[in-house]
Amino acid sequence: MQPTPRALKALTWVSAGLFAVALLMTLFYAPREAVMGDVQRVFYFHVASGWVGALAFLVAAVAGVVYLVRGQRRWDAVGLASVEIGLAFTLANLISGSVWARPIWNTWWTWDPRLVTASVMELVYIAYLLLRQGLEDPDRRARFAAVYAIVGFLSVPLTFLSIRIFRTIHPVVVGNNDPTAQGTFDMTPPMLQTFLFSLFVFTVLYIVLLWHRVRMQALAEAVEQRKMKLLSA
Amino acid sequence: MTSGGVLPLSAGERARGYLRAVGAVVWKDLAAELRSRELLSAMLVFALLVILIFNFALELDVATRRTVTSGVLWVTFAFAGTLGLNRSMAVERDRGCLDGLLLAPVDRSALYFGKSIGNLAFMLIVEAIVLPTYSILYNVNLFRPGLIVVVLLGSIGYAAVGTLLASMAVQARTRDVLLPILLFPVVLPVLISAVKATNAVLLGLEAAELWPWLNLLIAYDVIFTAVAFMLFDFVVEE
Repeated sequence: MQPTPRALKALTWVSAGLFAVALLMTLFYAPREAVMGDVQRVFYFHVASGWVGALAFLVAAVAGVVYLVRGQRRWDAVGLASVEIGLAFTLANLISGSVWARPIWNTWWTWDPRLVTASVMELVYIAYLLLRQGLEDPDRRARFAAVYAIVGFLSVPLTFLSIRIFRTIHPVVVGNNDPTAQGTFDMTPPMLQTFLFSLFVFTVLYIVLLWHRVRMQALAEAVEQRKMKLLSA
Repeated sequence: MTSGGVLPLSAGERARGYLRAVGAVVWKDLAAELRSRELLSAMLVFALLVILIFNFALELDVATRRTVTSGVLWVTFAFAGTLGLNRSMAVERDRGCLDGLLLAPVDRSALYFGKSIGNLAFMLIVEAIVLPTYSILYNVNLFRPGLIVVVLLGSIGYAAVGTLLASMAVQARTRDVLLPILLFPVVLPVLISAVKATNAVLLGLEAAELWPWLNLLIAYDVIFTAVAFMLFDFVVEE
């Protein structure tokens, strides 16, 4: 069995350190938002986990395309790992959003396009895992999972587009803003720094998790192969 | 069947051969259905039951009917549709028919188009019976040209992506429950625009309200058909 690569070990510690710094920045460096108060601090990790969720599903779709073209099993492992991480971060995004929405919108949940799209995305990739579970042949499982990752990733933006045609109340903090949105604010430089730093840290965290998960998948397959060898001997 | 790539064929001959292959698959499905009538009758009875349940669940009085009819119709079509898709792909798998089809010297995509046109035909037949029945039962006039266009466009998108996902679902161990879970979150954009367009037609809104949804439906049909057409090869390959 190969030991954990040195680079991976180092990156794991670095990301843990970076995460601690990001947490401290969110809690102490970023100023308290004048209108919403401390609950606004959820914003930094909320957007960062949403970003990682979307990035992870994009990576899964790309890994699906590469797998279908090249047929190498490790791309299937990348797709599966990425979907699992994406599910966790999208869930964090949804929950942190609810925590913020309760005082600001006065409700845990509303059927806003972004909220619906995020939850549909979560459902698509839960379906992805269920599809994998139902298939025993590894080649077929990898092929079907790749196909579904591609179809799912194409469908999610279309869902967003369809619902977007109704009005939205979700604030758009980055980029131009809609005056009817509720709970918007303008970022001061320390806020912007904290925000960008959180995005960076979460991206690093994603890469570390992906690396660990892909490695774990390779180890699991190695174990599986040895088991088969032992059983057949 | 067609003569494959043995002789150098002209483009016209190849296109004709391709269309013949698509037609043969569609015809096979329709002929089998004409003889057994198991798929359509199940879909129809199921669709009528769904409408019946909605009647109790929603208290479809005159005021509610105006606003919820489009939703009730599309939920009914979507549920009946999964039933049909599952069955139509399961029969291919059960008796080894799929292997036979795959052995035929035709392009795989011809199989895809054949199956999805067959599935679309079943959906349209069910819809053609459900719509008048709904009109009579609830005294709503559903005979409008706009509605027929919307139902056609929505069903095309549904069948396009449904055929692809159903051919994956029937190969899984959990196939009985898998299809709706795979299909509904993915086909959601089609259903949203179909419901909105149906609503616009039924409420008699002006064309400016209807066209954006029709355009979206057309775009989704094209996107989903193209994607499913490109990916179908990987789903049936052994």
